[in-house]
Amino acid sequence: MAVKTRRYSARDVTILVIGLGVAIAVNVSVIWGPTLASIGLSGTGWNGIGPIEWIGGQNYHDLAAEYPPFWSAVRNNVLWLGFLGLVATPFGLFCAVLLDRRLRMSRFYQSALYMPVVLSLAVVGFIAQLVYSSDYGVLNAVTGLNVDWLGDRAINIWVVMIAAGWRHVGYVMIIYLAGLKAVDPALKEAAAIDGANERQAFFRVVFPTLRPVNVIVLVITVIEALRAFDIVYAINKGRNGLELLSVLVTENIVGEASRIGFGSAIAVILLVISMGFIVAYLSQMFREER
Amino acid sequence: MNQRPPISRRNLLLGTAAAFGVPAILAGCGSGNPAPAPGGSAGSKLGTVTIGSNASDEIPKKSLETVVKGFTQATTRINTVDHNTFQENINRYLRGTPDDVFTWFAGYRMQFFAEQGLAVDISDVWQEIGGNYTQAFKDQSTGVDGKQYFVPFTYYPWAVFYRKSLWQEKGYEPPATLDELTALAKKMKADGLIPIAFADKDGWPAMGTFDILNLRTNGYDFHISLMGGKESWTDPRVKQVFDTWRGLMEYHQPAALGRTWQEAGQSLAQKKTGMYLLGMFVAQQFPEADRDDLDFFTFPEINPAYGTDSIDAPIDGYMISAKAKNVEGAKALLKHFAQPSSQDIATKLDPGTLAASSKADTSGYSALQKRGAELVSKATHIAQFLDRDTRPDFASTVMIPSLQSFVSKPNEIDSLLASIEKQKANIFR
Repeated sequence: MAVKTRRYSARDVTILVIGLGVAIAVNVSVIWGPTLASIGLSGTGWNGIGPIEWIGGQNYHDLAAEYPPFWSAVRNNVLWLGFLGLVATPFGLFCAVLLDRRLRMSRFYQSALYMPVVLSLAVVGFIAQLVYSSDYGVLNAVTGLNVDWLGDRAINIWVVMIAAGWRHVGYVMIIYLAGLKAVDPALKEAAAIDGANERQAFFRVVFPTLRPVNVIVLVITVIEALRAFDIVYAINKGRNGLELLSVLVTENIVGEASRIGFGSAIAVILLVISMGFIVAYLSQMFREER
Repeated sequence: MNQRPPISRRNLLLGTAAAFGVPAILAGCGSGNPAPAPGGSAGSKLGTVTIGSNASDEIPKKSLETVVKGFTQATTRINTVDHNTFQENINRYLRGTPDDVFTWFAGYRMQFFAEQGLAVDISDVWQEIGGNYTQAFKDQSTGVDGKQYFVPFTYYPWAVFYRKSLWQEKGYEPPATLDELTALAKKMKADGLIPIAFADKDGWPAMGTFDILNLRTNGYDFHISLMGGKESWTDPRVKQVFDTWRGLMEYHQPAALGRTWQEAGQSLAQKKTGMYLLGMFVAQQFPEADRDDLDFFTFPEINPAYGTDSIDAPIDGYMISAKAKNVEGAKALLKHFAQPSSQDIATKLDPGTLAASSKADTSGYSALQKRGAELVSKATHIAQFLDRDTRPDFASTVMIPSLQSFVSKPNEIDSLLASIEKQKANIFR
């Protein structure tokens, strides 16, 4: 076979350069550039004004060994992911399944559950304070308890996750509900004819057909867990038991503190964790395509 | 609502937002909105001076506008930015395109930026206005190089506030020593009151307690040196401060980490708590009619060697940015701010503040303002509050979490101090 040399016309090259070039430029300037800059800065001690000084892995050592909020934040991010993934998301699915059965007033339940989704998490944070405040909060007033829900670092992360979950459940529910409506009823009928009970029909037939929806929900859940920020920031600026990695990055870099090197090191840790999920997700996708 | 320790403002906003369910407050902060020149005639000889202001609340904003209106040598333009946003972005602001004159804080916070070359030396202005200020105010306006960079405008003292009517009814007397304070707290407890109102959800109010305990126990010089990173946090003297604090903890309002200073202030107003160590702005939490019932005493003596010679009294004022386009006009404006008459206007409009100038007319002061001025004039040393006396990164990323951790676990002092010391070493290197 003769080797064919493909020749590009000037027009082809122009289109190629514009088409690819723009994409690459955007990609490099808004994604890879800042990412690499963060990684680079994480090895420096820089206050944003003076000279940039290379200090190697010092920042990583400091944050792991001597910065108590760091481990608290890692723990909270993991808890957040676990709670959304194992409690809120399954509960959202459960609500969707119930609503799909056309209960009486299902429209009403549907709206009630979906309502919180239109609120930003910062607003959910304000609402949470009205509910949980130890002095004037609804919860203590109604139950007669005297618990410092938001101040006690042993419990505050849990009650805040419940508030965040309140919104997440509605979000997940509406996605699953749409997915369930799209499931061909014939499948369920066929399963019933084959003698499957309700539970079997759901787990063996309906749930597997929801696979594309599951992937979307999984991705949303992971993203929500890693980007969680506004609710704790609205409550107490993400301190005292409500630390999250995203908050620590902001606190160190954006605030007057300007510990840019140190904050970048925390951002890199968050990047590594996110990368773990992204890589797992992408490799799964590519494997399927093959 | 008037101006206050830096961080409180956001909380004020959050509180308001929560109350009214306003959603977009976080997004809504910031963005300068240039106000048209409130003063200055067209024929001003010194051109236009721009002012970067963090006075985003109604009262301080009006107060600044009124004061600037009296300045006729140049046209002025005020760019108001949300208080907290201004503060958080100060680094970028000063390196970017800052206004000629900007609001800032005295002491270490001023020195930090002066040292980085971001402010203009105004020693020549001070030669003219120096007579208006006491030495303590001049010291707080002086950079590490001995030059002045700051013009003090207003300030407010920290003290222990209480309601006169409640104290009269129960027969309480302001304590003069720590033992008397403890005895008083015990008595209040027996009377069914929570002795000391306390809140630290926002992280900064506990700094006030630490400051005053350290000033009383170890004196001003040690405090400033500790803030400057020159002393060890594992020093027995620091431990002594936390030990004293732990001893008082049982008289503090419990569940402080879930409470804002506004809520604690409310509890004082409602006579549920007996006293409250806070800045003079606590008066905001009192309805107009009850404000005359509010009184205070300075935190009692702990170590006779220092008595009650120091207090926290954060000073707000103005500086000129290094990139100012109209330095002449800016200096003229600073001289205007240094005028006792300008400060009188501000203190009249904003009763939570006192005039920094020693020549200001105090006859228009409210009873509380008069007492505040008296308290400060008696103090030999004036500290600026922990987050203004030390590096901002140390205050916000180390001290806030550490003090909150102390409040929740007052018994773990040694490990806490060891942790602060290690983190301090990482920051002050």
